[in-house]
Amino acid sequence: MATHIEPERRTWEPPTAFANKTVKWIVYAVIVVFFLWSAWGVRISFDRLLIGLESGANLIQSMFPPDFGPRQLNLIRIGMIETVAMAIVATVIGVVISLPVAFMAAENIAPKPVYAVGRFLISVSRAFHELIVAIIAVKAVGFGALAGILALSFKTVGFFAKLLAEDLEDIDEGQIEAIRAVGGSRGKVLLYGMIPQVIPRIVGLTIYRWDINIRHSTIVGIVGAGGIGITLLNSFDRYEYDFALAVIIVIVAIVLGAEVLSAVLRRRVQ
Amino acid sequence: MLSVIDLEKTYETDEEALRGVSLEVSDNAIVAMIGPSGAGKSTFIRCVNRLVEPSAGTVWLDGVEVTALPQDDLPEVRRDMGMIFQEFNLVERLTVMENVLSGRLGYVNVWQAYRRKFAPEDIKRAYELLERVGLKGYENVRADKLSGGQRQRVGIARAVIQRPKILLVDEPTSSLDPETSRVVMALLTDIAKEDNIPVLINIHEVSLAEEFSERIVGLRKGKIVFEGTPAELTEGVRDHIYKGSPISEDSPVKETVSTTEVPNLREIDRAGIRG
Amino acid sequence: MMQAAATDDKYVWERYDSRQRLVRYIAVLATAVAVVISWTLLDINYSYVATAPREMNDLFSRMYPPNLAYTGEIVAPLIETIHISILGTALAVVLSLPVAWMGANNTTPNKATYSLGKFIITVSRSVNVIIWALIFVIVFGPGALSGVLAVGVRSIGFMSKLLAESIEEIDHGQVEAVVATGASSLKTVIYGVIPQVKPAFVGITTYRWDINVRASTIIGFVGAGGIGMELTTSINYFRWANVLTILLTILGVVIFSEVFSAYMRRKVS
Repeated sequence: MATHIEPERRTWEPPTAFANKTVKWIVYAVIVVFFLWSAWGVRISFDRLLIGLESGANLIQSMFPPDFGPRQLNLIRIGMIETVAMAIVATVIGVVISLPVAFMAAENIAPKPVYAVGRFLISVSRAFHELIVAIIAVKAVGFGALAGILALSFKTVGFFAKLLAEDLEDIDEGQIEAIRAVGGSRGKVLLYGMIPQVIPRIVGLTIYRWDINIRHSTIVGIVGAGGIGITLLNSFDRYEYDFALAVIIVIVAIVLGAEVLSAVLRRRVQ
Repeated sequence: MLSVIDLEKTYETDEEALRGVSLEVSDNAIVAMIGPSGAGKSTFIRCVNRLVEPSAGTVWLDGVEVTALPQDDLPEVRRDMGMIFQEFNLVERLTVMENVLSGRLGYVNVWQAYRRKFAPEDIKRAYELLERVGLKGYENVRADKLSGGQRQRVGIARAVIQRPKILLVDEPTSSLDPETSRVVMALLTDIAKEDNIPVLINIHEVSLAEEFSERIVGLRKGKIVFEGTPAELTEGVRDHIYKGSPISEDSPVKETVSTTEVPNLREIDRAGIRG
Repeated sequence: MMQAAATDDKYVWERYDSRQRLVRYIAVLATAVAVVISWTLLDINYSYVATAPREMNDLFSRMYPPNLAYTGEIVAPLIETIHISILGTALAVVLSLPVAWMGANNTTPNKATYSLGKFIITVSRSVNVIIWALIFVIVFGPGALSGVLAVGVRSIGFMSKLLAESIEEIDHGQVEAVVATGASSLKTVIYGVIPQVKPAFVGITTYRWDINVRASTIIGFVGAGGIGMELTTSINYFRWANVLTILLTILGVVIFSEVFSAYMRRKVS
């Protein structure tokens, strides 16, 4: 060979997740182009951000101090009572509907066709955001708490049945076998072998879901499905930003309170 | 040359881990530090490169007072001290090669570290070391795929590629089976001899210390209670280090822990060691 | 409920002792009372309840079949929805890194930064995306920009919280080893911390993106861009066949994002 090659000159390339360098750079380029396209698509411009900064400052100025006047407090109180009540009722209704669905969607319990139906119900419930469900419920049963209850109950099923079905699939077969071995009937197997294993979980999940339902019931009012959400939307529409801030503060307080309460209760139940 | 003078360490929990330890490791000596768990061995080794901040005392490495350096200058002196760990401490999600090359992190800038750009001679050296420790062809294997023995070999390569002035080795075999322990110890001491690196090694398995080191230091309750050759480490001395039991007259026990703190040592007084 | 009443009184056995049972009864009773009170407070018009099934049925019959001709018109808002979800997630990624660093107790510089980190996480998480959207629409006007900001700000808390938890769980030994080689603190982060946190980071990001796709479908209700605006218009004009078309499209996108995010999380582990 004419050219001098250093003996044993070995090189090393840092590992990459891609097949080779070309692929890597193509992937990076695609990502960059996509981001640019996205940024262009939403028309982010320096001017808009600048204008936004100014109106943002104005907004904050008109929000402070939050308006907790007597009329406002009364509106908040009415809205919040409805919000919490909706969450409680919807949780109970949702859980009651979820229980059979969960058993349907547990692979080790339900026969194949039933299992498919159960899974389908869960998927449909999980697919749509609570506000989409709420907006349709409002069209079906009119404005108010009933629509909210319907929407929240519907969303509860997807969450609750999914998690409970997973627990049912994880239960200890040995315990069931033992009850069968002492001569238990199907019903007794369910009662002694299965329920005791999942009861604490059902209670825990119910509390957890109630916590989530509180969060959701604070906003379904924005599309007319009852609760504090409508109060919030009205305050924004009337440019009463100081009142809006008051509502937001109360929402945050209630949401955090529910979260803490639910965490404490679940720890005690487990 | 590493020289440690009157090193003390008291943790925030008021636990006195080291109570005045002085030690020298020079040339290409292999010094083993033995002692029961809780004696302060790990604390001592971590005080040398200041992974643990000593409470008092000084550490010198080749004329540099390590203990006097400000925090910002520590990386520079740590480059000269290779460390090998009990739990291997490889970055598990990185490949073998990346782990070995991490020994050269002190010589690249941040951007190069991010892009894994190391000097060609370091890469060449890394290949040589991998071959030396018996891991040829493993460079692109992720560290979490390796067995314990293999991981410690990578650990050795990572420390040696630093071209350190001393190797600090913390219980290199505690997480390995007896067979692998011996192989790893042999490899470690061989490489140190070849490259003329002095070694300070913490080890609680006395038989390994006797076999692979030239000098043994016995640590008990934060103090050195023995220093000598493996031959001088008699059964009596060993029991003294590990159980605090009395020892016979001719043993080369250096100094003893004060009697009020360690009641068992009162018997040593009676045997006339101190007088 | 499970009594073994033997002939001898001594052999009576009960599942719970009296105190346990009392606590249980009280808990059940309190729940029942809460539900009943809630129901009465809500003052629900029972005639609506009675007609609800019929109304629903009627609604769905008007929706079916979906208006397939309309599909072409919703492509643009659909793409905008995806853009919002991606840009919002990207914004949240950038902003959540420093917040997570402050909110993890092993990396935070001091008590004040730790509290600040926790505060940002709490505020961001407790305010729903639709409320953030309302606020940003006032500030930046209607459109996708407000949507991106709403989705982004809302996601910071979620991502920082999970990221901070994964930072708190890293193996300190691996970091110690990198420090011992003489690496500066920044190099230690690059070499010893990032590789450990990376899978969690990718997992959290794709998981949040999956959630954000759903969120991006609804922020249009308050004018923050995306397909939600199209959906409200169709509903307000009673174009039910179009509504079903939109719903089916959303379903498709949501399923895609869920599958994709599950795939990514499996791949990076």
